[in-house]
Amino acid sequence: MRRKLLSAPYLVWILCGTLIPMAMVFYYGLTGDQGGFTLSNIAAIAETGHAKALWTSVLLSLVSTVICLLLAYPLGLILKKSGMGQKGLLVFLFVLPMWMNFLLRTMAWQVLLEKKGVINTILQSLGFSGLRLINTPTAIVMGMVYDFLPFMVMPIYNVLAKIDDRVIEAARDLGANNFQVFRYIILPLSVPGIVSGVTMVFVPALTTFVISNMLGGGKILLIGNVIEQEFTVGNNWHLGAGLSLVMMIFILVSMAFIAKFDKNGEGNTF
Amino acid sequence: MKKFLEKFYLVLIFIFLYAPILTLIVLSFNESRSMGSWSGFTLKWYAAMLQDETMMEALKNTLVIALVSAVTATLIGTLACVAIQKMKPGTRGVILALNQIPLLNADIVTGIALMLTFLAFGISLNMGTVLFSHITFCIPYVILSVMPKMKQVGGYTYEAALDLGASPAYAFWKVILPEIRPGMVSGFLMAFTMSVDDFIITHFTRGAGINTLSTMIYGQVRVGIRPSIYALSTLVFGTVLILLLIANYLPGYRARKKAREEQMR
Repeated sequence: MRRKLLSAPYLVWILCGTLIPMAMVFYYGLTGDQGGFTLSNIAAIAETGHAKALWTSVLLSLVSTVICLLLAYPLGLILKKSGMGQKGLLVFLFVLPMWMNFLLRTMAWQVLLEKKGVINTILQSLGFSGLRLINTPTAIVMGMVYDFLPFMVMPIYNVLAKIDDRVIEAARDLGANNFQVFRYIILPLSVPGIVSGVTMVFVPALTTFVISNMLGGGKILLIGNVIEQEFTVGNNWHLGAGLSLVMMIFILVSMAFIAKFDKNGEGNTF
Repeated sequence: MKKFLEKFYLVLIFIFLYAPILTLIVLSFNESRSMGSWSGFTLKWYAAMLQDETMMEALKNTLVIALVSAVTATLIGTLACVAIQKMKPGTRGVILALNQIPLLNADIVTGIALMLTFLAFGISLNMGTVLFSHITFCIPYVILSVMPKMKQVGGYTYEAALDLGASPAYAFWKVILPEIRPGMVSGFLMAFTMSVDDFIITHFTRGAGINTLSTMIYGQVRVGIRPSIYALSTLVFGTVLILLLIANYLPGYRARKKAREEQMR
């Protein structure tokens, strides 16, 4: 019995650090300034500015997730073929940037893309005219792909590396061609990696306000920016909490959708 | 041909990943302030970085916060694992599910939730609130790395030690701790890294005037990037590279570590 007491600090911490704060978000999101129950903070997502921000976030984070997946999957396959194992130098090189400070990585793109930044200066010195790169949706997508690519590479590489080569050889012996091996063996077996990669890229991309602020110049508002501003500048906590509830529901629905995809994928194979 | 295409693809991604970092490193040695032109080698930005008090203060804060929260989280998390192991499967399931909440939640939600709570209970934001928040999101990582080790140990060896007359504390120290130590170490390292890298949660829970590296960079970048930040980037990248190389490749490091673990058994 005494042994269970050891979990007391942890349970207190869950209560004060997770449960009460989550309850506070619900409380603020579902009440108005006067304190009465209201759904207006939730309904506020339908206002043009907010709806547009949510839509932009969904669009940009979807595009970034797809690009990450398309870049990471072939990379995972090639790394698997290199056969250096999980601790191989090659694999190490491709996840190393992940450990560099997130803000610095995003800042690096600002330095590259700015009006008088590295890319434009090089272009101009070669006689080309400068491009407008920063403060565009493209710049934000670039930043998202760069910041979150390793989070897609790691889980995908991990599942691919675990696929037994003998399974692939067996398929070939049974007459499968390259495409069939990929479609019926490798792809279905790698679904769990794809699912966790997609979640690890989509959620932070959908909710970011840092990337859009630094590379979008505050001109392109994502839902994260709207929420952050309600708390730091606008001081309407009720509205901010309501909008984050909407965002949480959105994330839950997409995760449920992705998880279902996972089950289907595995269900078909076995 | 196929081999060539594969190599080419690897090189392309490699350039994409490292060109931005390399740019920062090159610029940190650049004489001129301009981003696009090279005008000679200098170390003056490194000197400027060392003299910049805000920057050094932020560096110190980052390390102190990460160390304190990782140590606290490792202690609380390990103790919790010891207790959770003894619980009924139902209770254990509920606790482990609750443990997932901070991991699955978007950082911005965790951040504003904590901020709302602090302010609603009249706690003014300061260093303490940052520490509390960091410990909150660090504990789940410790639990996730210690729990599997705890399961491996099982109850029998511990009970055997008790039968042979060891006190519970002594049995824990001699039997359980050596087995779960690798889990504790990796949990600690993960917690430390997460704390160092965090921006969003710190952004919402810090008091005025308290900066970590991340919040300082965020504040400065919006005003205009100073070359001393390039020097800082180079320093951060160099440190990360060296630490990871040591952890992964230092000749004999793994072997020694293994030998030490064997010895402990």
